[in-house]
Amino acid sequence: MSTVAFILLYGLSYGLVLCLIALGLVITMGLMHVINLGHGAFAAIGGYLAISLMQAQGLPYAVAVPAAVLAVAAFGVLAERLLYVRLYKRSHLDQVLVTIGFNFVVIAIITILFGPNIVRMELPMYLRGNVDLGIREFELYRVVASGICIAIIGGLWWVFERTSTGARLRAAVDNRGMAQAMGMNVPLLFSATFALGCGLAALGGILAAPMLPMEPMWPMKYLVLMLIIVALAGHGQVTASVAVAIIVGVVETAGRYLFPQFGAFFIYLLLIGLMVWRPHGLLVRRQTA
Amino acid sequence: MITLPRDSILSRHQWRVGELLWLAAALASYFVFPQYLALGTTVLIMVVLVMSFDLLLGFAGVLSLGHAVFFGLGAYMAGWLSLAGWTEPVSAVIVAGIAAAALAAVIGPFLLRLTGLPLMMVTLALGVLVFEAAHKATTLTGGDDGLAGIQFAAILGVFEWGLGGATAYLYVLAWLCGIFVLVKRVVASPFGVMLQGVRENPARMRLIGNPVLPHLTLAYVISGAVAGVAGALFTQANAFVGLGVVAVDTSIDVLVMLVLGGIGGLHGALIGAPVYMLLKHFSSQWNPFYWMLIIGVLLMAVVLMGRGGLLGTLASWTRRPRKGQA
Repeated sequence: MSTVAFILLYGLSYGLVLCLIALGLVITMGLMHVINLGHGAFAAIGGYLAISLMQAQGLPYAVAVPAAVLAVAAFGVLAERLLYVRLYKRSHLDQVLVTIGFNFVVIAIITILFGPNIVRMELPMYLRGNVDLGIREFELYRVVASGICIAIIGGLWWVFERTSTGARLRAAVDNRGMAQAMGMNVPLLFSATFALGCGLAALGGILAAPMLPMEPMWPMKYLVLMLIIVALAGHGQVTASVAVAIIVGVVETAGRYLFPQFGAFFIYLLLIGLMVWRPHGLLVRRQTA
Repeated sequence: MITLPRDSILSRHQWRVGELLWLAAALASYFVFPQYLALGTTVLIMVVLVMSFDLLLGFAGVLSLGHAVFFGLGAYMAGWLSLAGWTEPVSAVIVAGIAAAALAAVIGPFLLRLTGLPLMMVTLALGVLVFEAAHKATTLTGGDDGLAGIQFAAILGVFEWGLGGATAYLYVLAWLCGIFVLVKRVVASPFGVMLQGVRENPARMRLIGNPVLPHLTLAYVISGAVAGVAGALFTQANAFVGLGVVAVDTSIDVLVMLVLGGIGGLHGALIGAPVYMLLKHFSSQWNPFYWMLIIGVLLMAVVLMGRGGLLGTLASWTRRPRKGQA
């Protein structure tokens, strides 16, 4: 019972943080149809920026985190205008290559600035320690991080499904030309959405930093996990990606905890099996075309 | 002898001047840079590996991020054969190629149904899975320590493996020539043309009665076999196999080399692999992370600026003055 609770709690909190990063990717990839392998780089930039704001500038955690998220979102707009805008009409291969190149550059710059070793994030006192959840003791930080993730995911769902901005966005995704003809400023919408995606990546990277410590190879190392979620959920499926992210989090945690020697296998086996079975996404209804 | 137009499919299996010059340069390097023969051998092996990938990506349009699986299987196969006492080098390379081909034949029909992002993800996941498996299966692969003590008998019973790597260089160059001829034959054949058809429009190929999956699978098998051969040559030249041969980085490297050189046409491998390997070798002596900066910028520039990699850029430069004359 205790083991099950442990796996579920850790898996859930891990999955929620993964979900936040992956949602950013779902948004940028689903909306712009760009295979964005640079997404992990934005998350890593966010993590490193927050750490350096706290350590070098001495800013408190509650200030450094939003500042880093906003800075990465602004950087995202810059990257979209200068780099990604050139990729919209290119082949998938070109998109993969350019965003891998972007990853390499970010990894090199991170190494030059922060050195090749792991950089730890110091949490403030009020986020340390454990809290009693009734079933068992659990890390306070993970509870808070999960709460933030749930709030943001809920907010995103509300914006996408219930507001006119969300409706515009979905319209632009379905038919860009028609949306533009109706008078929507699609390039502006895309820039704003890309900024949102990058901001989510940064926040996810920062929240994940105590669980997945920052290192120069971070953008590559965890990108696979993000892509697994996007691929399994199917293009642009927000609700499905939340479910898939939590499944991935729980399976990863269970695999690593129960079978530490073969932990990493399960998630990849799951991916290969599911992708071969349902290439268009797990929860996507088979199209009758 | 009929002279064929330069870009005719039928002329693909003929030797071009540039190809002969390249081989001459590779042979000349043997005499000019005797101190760099070990590096040169690795470059030649990478040329073979990238060529196998060009057949898959450039002609069949299959974007796989797990090509190192075949390279690694070939490399370990050669290592296992040697440790089991099979030390005849040429047949060991062939057996390694057949093993890699068999693996491709088994997994191909499952993977090649997928396209786009799902295909990339599954091949990437396969690559990671195989790497992790190789890392854990220490009895088979030696884990982090790799397989040491690999020895092969003299090539064809005549040429001993020297310490300086001189024999290995020429041996690999000979394999490269043979593989190049073979792959040129493949892409000049009706099968090669059908692959291009599948790349351009799989639905139309199916409609005109060409089964897509068997063609792609055969391309995957040939490509896997050549990658396995490259892996076996790597083991023989280094007398060692390490986990690096199955690493995901190797798959990414191969893709980057091909793109730098130019996709589709088999010549990208001849340019991309040497440029990449030499840049890597000399810039990482300097600082390994400047290397990632250089290759990242180069990759973005090559893809965003022009079609066809370094080779395409070169071709467009040489073609421009001719247009001026006409």
